[in-house]
Amino acid sequence: MTTTESTDSSSSRTSGSGGEISGAEIRLEGVTKRYPGQKTAAVDGLSLTIPAGEIVMFVGPSGFGKTTSLKMINRLIEPSSGKITIGDQDVRKQSADELRRHVGYVIQGGSLFPHMTVAKNIAIVPKLLGWDAKRIDKRVEELLDLVNLDPGKYRDRYPRELSGGQQQRVGVARGLAADPPVILMDEPFGAVDPITRQRLQDELLSIQRSLGKTIVCVTHDIDEAIKLGDRILILQEGAQVAQYDAPATLLADPANDFVSDFVGSGSSLKQLTLSRVSEIDIHPATTGRVGEPAREAIERARSAGDDSLVILDSRDRPTAWVWLRQVQGETLHEGDRETLTTLDERATLNDALDTMLTSSHSAAIVTGDNDRYVGIVDFGAVVDHMRAIQNEAQDRESSKVTAESDPEDHHDENAPMDDSGSADE
Amino acid sequence: MSDLIPAAIKDRLAGDSEKTRAMGESILLALGVPLMVVLGFGAYAIWHETADLDSVEASALGWAEVWQAIGEHVQLTVVSAAVVVVIAVPLGILLTRPGFKRAAPAVVGFANAGQAAPSIGLIVLLAMWLGPGFKTTIVALTVYGLLPVLRNTITGLQGVNPTLVEAGRGVGLSNFDVLRRIELPLALPVIMAGVRTALVLLVGTAALATFINGGGLGGIITAGISLYRYSVMVSGAVLVALLALLVEWLGRVLELLTRPKGI
Repeated sequence: MTTTESTDSSSSRTSGSGGEISGAEIRLEGVTKRYPGQKTAAVDGLSLTIPAGEIVMFVGPSGFGKTTSLKMINRLIEPSSGKITIGDQDVRKQSADELRRHVGYVIQGGSLFPHMTVAKNIAIVPKLLGWDAKRIDKRVEELLDLVNLDPGKYRDRYPRELSGGQQQRVGVARGLAADPPVILMDEPFGAVDPITRQRLQDELLSIQRSLGKTIVCVTHDIDEAIKLGDRILILQEGAQVAQYDAPATLLADPANDFVSDFVGSGSSLKQLTLSRVSEIDIHPATTGRVGEPAREAIERARSAGDDSLVILDSRDRPTAWVWLRQVQGETLHEGDRETLTTLDERATLNDALDTMLTSSHSAAIVTGDNDRYVGIVDFGAVVDHMRAIQNEAQDRESSKVTAESDPEDHHDENAPMDDSGSADE
Repeated sequence: MSDLIPAAIKDRLAGDSEKTRAMGESILLALGVPLMVVLGFGAYAIWHETADLDSVEASALGWAEVWQAIGEHVQLTVVSAAVVVVIAVPLGILLTRPGFKRAAPAVVGFANAGQAAPSIGLIVLLAMWLGPGFKTTIVALTVYGLLPVLRNTITGLQGVNPTLVEAGRGVGLSNFDVLRRIELPLALPVIMAGVRTALVLLVGTAALATFINGGGLGGIITAGISLYRYSVMVSGAVLVALLALLVEWLGRVLELLTRPKGI
């Protein structure tokens, strides 16, 4: 019963992917890390398969070996024993430097080199790989575009001239620079404010949708793990696997008390984290093009009964959301995309509520692949969706109470549903 | 979003005021010190031309002698500073590498002793061992100037954010590349501050070179003392002071010029 639920939500994730899988499978077999002078191993016999093209989140309290496990994949930490393969190749068969040039690495805050420009920071690995200058230039441009930074404006800036979120974007671009099949991320969005974090997460999902890399990401934030992960690995002491499952399974069927404590079952907000914006009612708003005569656009909006207008650029990306009375001048002007908060289709309802609360429109613009405009969502749509889920749950509940046969089944199904029920009251 | 905007503005304002302050400082630095040195030297030249000097004073302060002394002094300072950099920077790098880290306190202690020993004693003792002359002076000055550069190289390299070093290793830079492209550029301002300190120490200490026949402006001062000519002694002292100011200024300019952009 619970499995139907999990496959539902996971298939809705993969169905969104437009790109092909370019990632490689990572396999850990009995990987152990023992530091000299320490009684217990930091990581003890960890075995794990990370399927190609998936995002796998390593979660767990600090000190339980998640970062150690991650760093053993690119040999920043050498395992004491065990075997790690990337795409069937043993990582120990090549030099560590060579290996790392083919494994993207993204760390908290971006960790950009402060004395290098944005372009140089991104170009560092392609340069090591001996790409020619023209190819590097083109790649830098491409990547800045991918992480939503205007190349003309940012390529020659120094890291300290960027905001935290922008630095993190450049950090992601640097990780992607040489188009590695595998990307390792260590608390990538830990150092930015919540709204920026949500946006960066959305962007990562959008990038992943088109690139299909294998991404291993360490986080201490279970909400981030649920949002980003195709699978979540929860580690308990000594990097022992507490559970390794899809987010929905994890929430519905925690393997033990440690997991259920850590996941924090009992919070109906988790349900909001499991549902995606794409699952709720996205409705169209009136849109205008940058450079289009303002009057035409206003008339179009009025006749559609809208009092605001979403202005799109030539690539269908929303740049501004203005009230009709705010529109000035003959033609529509391009807004600043960086200050406009949008929601990715794959953003969670949790994010959607966050975004709406900070928006003067009490709604949010939804974007799809390459930041293309999709439509807008409002509070009503979220509430309707939540109500539908609750009704469904209650229906199932009541039918089960009358049928009541398998107590274990009852328990399984019940866990997350109880919460949504109590939220109603 | 509204709470992001004031932060951004605040940031920009802070950046601006910082920039203008730094600019004001560098203008003062760029023009103030050399102007002072030029004025001081001009005043000295006017005094030299107009003062009523007896034959002893005139021969001790002849322009040819003075310029030669200045030339020797500059040579002593620059050569010893170069030797200091060539020894102290690689040594500092070595002492921050794993495996050699443990030797750092001992080596820094040795350099400390070199500097703590009275410079005149160091120079005379070395001359007794190696014989007087230019080369011995350079050796003595090098021992004396080693500490600031060595200490600052170590401090500068230790001060590089370890996350950045790991980021460098993580993207596939070799240990040597991390050192060359990340650690050294980031430590450079601190290292250069050490070089400037060493230059100032050396230009002052080079005045003692004359005791072991090493040349320099110290000769004019000692000549003034032994000839009982107050004017000669003060001339030597003033010239050393002006040269020290100039060298300190050059050190600062060097520091600004070598500072990597972006930090």
